[in-house]
Amino acid sequence: MDSSRLWLLRPFGERSTLIFLGVLLAAVTLVTLLHVALPPGHPLYVNAYTVNLFGKYLSYALLAVAVDLVWGYLGILSLGHGAFFALGGYAMGMYLMRQIGDRGVYGHPVLPDFMVFLNWDSLPWYWLGFDMAWFAFLMVMLVPGALALVFGFLAFRSRVTGVYLSIITQALTFALMLAFFRNEMGFGGSDGLTDFRELLGFNLRSSETRLGLFLASGVALALGYVLCRAIVTSKLGRVCVATRDAEARTRFLGYRVERFQLFVFVVSAMLAGLAGALYVPQVGIINPSEFSPLFSIEIVLWVALGGRATLYGAVIGAILVNYAKTVFTGAMPDAWLFALGGLFVLVTVFLPKGVAGLLALRLRRRRDADGSFSGKEASA
Amino acid sequence: MSILRSLASRDRVFDFLVPAESPVDVRHGPILYLEDVTVSFDGFKAINDLNLTIDDGELRCIIGPNGAGKTTMMDIITGKTRPDSGQVWFGSRHDLLSMNEPDIASLGIGRKFQKPTVFEVLTVFENLELAMAADKRILPTLTARMNGEIRDHIDEVLEIIGLKALHARPAGILSHGQKQWLEIGMLLMQRPRLLLVDEPVAGMTEQEMERTAELLTGLAGKQSVVVVEHDMGFVRSIARKVTVLHQGSVLAEGSMDQVSSDPRVIEVYLGAEVEEETL
Repeated sequence: MDSSRLWLLRPFGERSTLIFLGVLLAAVTLVTLLHVALPPGHPLYVNAYTVNLFGKYLSYALLAVAVDLVWGYLGILSLGHGAFFALGGYAMGMYLMRQIGDRGVYGHPVLPDFMVFLNWDSLPWYWLGFDMAWFAFLMVMLVPGALALVFGFLAFRSRVTGVYLSIITQALTFALMLAFFRNEMGFGGSDGLTDFRELLGFNLRSSETRLGLFLASGVALALGYVLCRAIVTSKLGRVCVATRDAEARTRFLGYRVERFQLFVFVVSAMLAGLAGALYVPQVGIINPSEFSPLFSIEIVLWVALGGRATLYGAVIGAILVNYAKTVFTGAMPDAWLFALGGLFVLVTVFLPKGVAGLLALRLRRRRDADGSFSGKEASA
Repeated sequence: MSILRSLASRDRVFDFLVPAESPVDVRHGPILYLEDVTVSFDGFKAINDLNLTIDDGELRCIIGPNGAGKTTMMDIITGKTRPDSGQVWFGSRHDLLSMNEPDIASLGIGRKFQKPTVFEVLTVFENLELAMAADKRILPTLTARMNGEIRDHIDEVLEIIGLKALHARPAGILSHGQKQWLEIGMLLMQRPRLLLVDEPVAGMTEQEMERTAELLTGLAGKQSVVVVEHDMGFVRSIARKVTVLHQGSVLAEGSMDQVSSDPRVIEVYLGAEVEEETL
């Protein structure tokens, strides 16, 4: 890797990033072509429902990349990243609610249905501005980022790490879930926000918009991946790995470790928020269950299954597990959790480095078979 | 008249006008100067009226039985422990007792601890890169780019510590001795003026010890090096001047031969070894 390049362009000099972007581009193009170019009766035709499903997987994949950034490279096992995802989702949901306008059940020109139902007569202050797309899209990243900044500042300054940090991130998302369940919070209580109609003037129920959202998710994943790669291949990325493995030693070298942790944590939370914002219009609802601690643990499972500290492993894990989830919950709804548990046990026992570890192993074997790998290494 | 002139130069009068990064003043010879330093922990005097002077470019070995105050002395120099009384000067300009740990480190005092801690998954090259004296804030670190000057500096240190052939390998595969050299290399990346090295050869093989001796004697002259060591054979092989500490103060100072023939030293420290050798 050429480290004299500008840091943001560095990933484009790496083979793994080029392969990842190539595969992503090919997959997205293939799905788009099979959806657009083929007639609905064709055996290879991909219907709008499936496109929508893939779009959802891609937004999950971006979330997994965000979690891998902090867990894989910084050693911070966040069991509360669902909170940042859900906050991004709520910010998007608020914009979509304001877009409904007077077409709600109660026909109020400004207030969303649930506020009319609760007899509120004006919008709470924190709903102001969400009728403007640019403001809402900014909040999608700023709100999770701000929460991560405050939370991370307090946690890292007090040198809370390891299992204690994992526990308080769980507490964070659980507390937010309880708060968002309350009607008085002004986010629709347990029903959440739903009944969305339009995004930037596009009808959310049309298959064209769904395809657009799928493509947007693909682009966001590609950009998020490149950004994370740029971070981990920079000197800052090496400081992160050093912090993960020997925090005291890194501090002794003169790095303000807690600031580096905070920086990466905030970037990760903002990416998670973006993923949430892409997810919500595709599933058509956001409610407090996204804050559930179980969901946050599930995200960590995707990353563990795919392979930690590779980024592409997180993407593979997120897509694989969620595809399996779709299949299993369709075929045998009760068996899903057992299947997930079984999958996790199998991977931990047989693939401790996840699916990505398996890929890397195969690649190394092939190179070893060529005989060039070890020789080159020794002479370097 | 000259007094008046020196008063007119304001940075001589007002301490805070002296930039913290100002070069170490060694025109008068010593780079490190400890005078009448005393530290006690719960009434026990770990350091007792210690006087020690290290000249610029010198390689000094400090020996002494357990509890003689060797580690405490290192802690005082690096700012980790504050003495109850006494003076500690770095060159003739910097009062170390008025500075904190990071400032002392950035002034050019590097310390190597007993147990080597290197970043095992990073390569030898990357370990040195992280240790380099550089702007260590977040954005400069994120946007840092490798250039010829940095590469040359790292290559130079790789040459000194003899790990050039292993530069692209993860530090985790290094042997114990190689890890110690990498640690010394990481200190050298910060371009220190004074290196404090704590028991460098503990757990090393004969060959590794020889190599370490070469490394440390090679460093002297360019840097000042203070080595605390238990291994007498090793001390004998590198030291030009040895200081023996006992109960927190200097018991004897001089060449290894002078020191080892001093009856007081034999009594408190070398006795056991001499007996072993004569057996």
